[in-house]
Amino acid sequence: MAKLESYSDIVGEDVINYLRQLAELLKGKKVVHVNSTMTGGGVAEILTRLVPLMRELGINTEWRVISGTDEFFKCTKDMHNALQGSPIIIPESLFKVYEKTNAENAEKLKNELNSADVVFIHDPQPASLIKFFPQRKGKWIWRCHIDISRPSRYVWKYLRNFVVNYDASVFSIVDFAQRLPHPLYIIPPSIDPLSDKNRDLDKKYVSSVYEKFNIDLKNPVILQVSRFDRFKDPLGVIRSYKLVKNFIPNMQLVLAGGTATDDPEGEIVYEKVKASSGDDPDIHILLLPPDSNTTINALQRGADIILQKSIKEGFGLTVTEAMWKAKPVIGGNVGGIKLQVVNHHTGFLVNTPEGAALRIRYMLHYKNKTEEMGEKAKEFVRRNFLITRHLRDYLTLMVSLIYNIEERIEIK
Amino acid sequence: MNEEDIQPFAVKDCTLIAIATGIKAQSLREMRDKLADIHLGSIYYHFWGSLLSPRFSEPEFNNDFASWSYHALHDMILAERLAVIDPTHFHNMEDLRQEVIDVIEERLYEIEFVPFAKSSQQFNFVRSQIVVFDTRKRIEKPEELSSTLQNFSSGSIFYHFIDARRRTEKNTDDFREWLNGFGEKYSELSNLIANIDPYFTTLPELRKNLSQLFKHYFNEEK
Repeated sequence: MAKLESYSDIVGEDVINYLRQLAELLKGKKVVHVNSTMTGGGVAEILTRLVPLMRELGINTEWRVISGTDEFFKCTKDMHNALQGSPIIIPESLFKVYEKTNAENAEKLKNELNSADVVFIHDPQPASLIKFFPQRKGKWIWRCHIDISRPSRYVWKYLRNFVVNYDASVFSIVDFAQRLPHPLYIIPPSIDPLSDKNRDLDKKYVSSVYEKFNIDLKNPVILQVSRFDRFKDPLGVIRSYKLVKNFIPNMQLVLAGGTATDDPEGEIVYEKVKASSGDDPDIHILLLPPDSNTTINALQRGADIILQKSIKEGFGLTVTEAMWKAKPVIGGNVGGIKLQVVNHHTGFLVNTPEGAALRIRYMLHYKNKTEEMGEKAKEFVRRNFLITRHLRDYLTLMVSLIYNIEERIEIK
Repeated sequence: MNEEDIQPFAVKDCTLIAIATGIKAQSLREMRDKLADIHLGSIYYHFWGSLLSPRFSEPEFNNDFASWSYHALHDMILAERLAVIDPTHFHNMEDLRQEVIDVIEERLYEIEFVPFAKSSQQFNFVRSQIVVFDTRKRIEKPEELSSTLQNFSSGSIFYHFIDARRRTEKNTDDFREWLNGFGEKYSELSNLIANIDPYFTTLPELRKNLSQLFKHYFNEEK
C-alpha cells in the first residue's frame, strides 16, 4: 500500500504537509468507518485506501462491515433505488428486517462505536445503527454516496428519522443535499492515483489484457466499466454502439463490470445485457471478479472511447478513473458526472443513446481534439478529485466537529 | 518602528470546504425571499467561493446569482445586472446582500411573469468553511515579493488578497497591511496594489498581475 509521502510527486509536497498539519489536531483520536460491503463498488474502494492513510497520519482508524441476510440486502437495494427516485414500495415487513439487522450489528459493534471519537456511517444500509447508540460519546457523520436529489418521499421520510440524529451529513454534490438539522458538507469522492486501478501500466501489459479477452486493439474500442446495474444503462450503451456500428463496422464494445455483495439485482441486469447483445462477436461482456483492478486499469488505458452513460449516478468514479488516464469521457448528464465532464473540455454530457453515438463518432473523427481533451481531463482530476483532497476534506470535517468550529480553521 | 522589528510576511495557503444550507430557490421571487434571511457566509460564498472550487474554463459570470439567472432562469437582462455587481465596492456582506435583493426586486417590478427554473436547476444556497495552512515560507523583505509571488499557490493568493479583506481592520489585503508597517516607504507600491481589482478575474490571473507589479516596481527602483 502506497505511503503518504509517495503522493508528493503527483500532488506536490505542500499538499502532504497540509495533511500532516490538519492531522496533528486529530492525533490519537479513534475513528470508525462503517459500511455494508468489503469489496465491490466505489465506497469499499475508497475506504480500502483512505483507512491506511488516516492511520499513517496518526489517527486510530478502523473499518467495520455490517452483515445481513439476503432479505436485508433486498430491502437496502430497494431503499437505494427508491432514494434515487424509483417508485418502489417497500413493505413494512422489510423495514422491520432492516432495523432488526441493524440492531444485531449494533450489538456486535457496541463497545467500539460507543467509545469512538468519530463514526462515519456510509450510505443507507447501516444508517439506523445510530438509534441503538444513545450513549455514544463521539460525533456521528452520515456519508451519503448516492444521488438523493429527488428521492421517493416515503422512503426518505423513513430514513430521515434516523439521519436527523447525526451530527453532520456528507453529500457528494450540492444537488443531493437534503434539508437536515445539522451541517451538510459537500465532499466529492476521489480516486487513488497509486492504486492498482489507476497507476501507470506498461503498454505491453495493456495489449496482453486485450489479447486475453480476444479483443483486437487495431480496431476501435468503446468501453464502459461499471457494475451491471440498470442505473448505469448498459442497454443504452449497446444501443449507442449499434448506432455507431452502422458507420464504423469494425467498432468493438466492451462492457466490463462485476457485482457487489450488497447488490442482488446485478445478475438479472447481466442476463438482460447478454440477451440484448445477441450473437454480435464484437460485443464483449466481461463479468470480472472484484480483484480485477489491474485488468480494469488496462482496459481503460487501451480503449479509444470511454462511456459512462448512467441515468442516475452518485458521483461516477469510473469517470474520474478514465479522466486520470487522459481519456475524455462521454457521460450521462446526471449526478456527479456533471461535475466532472465539461462539454468540449473533458468530454461530453449526453442524454440519450443517440447523443452518445453522435459523440462517439465525433471523438473518433477528431483525434487531436480528443487527445487535447484527455490531457485537460487529467489535470482536472489532479486538482480536484484525488484521494489527498478527499482526505483533507474528511480531516477538516472532523476538526470542525470535534473542536466545534463554525467558519475558520487556522492552523498555527 | 524599525524595519528590523517588523515581522516577516508569513505565507499561508487555504482551501474552502462547501457546506450546503439545504435552502433552495426555484423562482426569482423565491430567490429574493430566501436571500433576505440567508446566512451571510452564503452571500460571500456565491460571490467569491467559485474562485477556489472545481471548474474548468473562464466563467461567463463572476457570481453564482448571475450565472443562475442566465442558465436556469434564462433572464439575460437580470444576469447582466447581477454580473456587474462588484463585491469589493461594499463595506460589508449585509450591504452586498441588499444590493443583490434590490437588483432582483427591480427586475420583478419590470416583468410580467416570475421566471422559474426547472427543478433540476434550483439554486442551492451554500456557505463554506475556510481552512488555513502555514506554508512555513517567510518573506523577510518587500523586495523578495518580486521573486516569490509567482510561486504562490492559488490558495495563497486567495488567502492574502481576497480573504484578507474580511479579516483585516481596514478591509485591505495582507500585502498592503504588511507594507504599511514600513511607514511611507512603500506607499506608492501600496497604491499600485490597491488598483488591482480582485474580482473580475481568476486566481492565476491575479497572481500574474501581482507578480508583474512587484517585479516592475522593484526592478525600476533599482
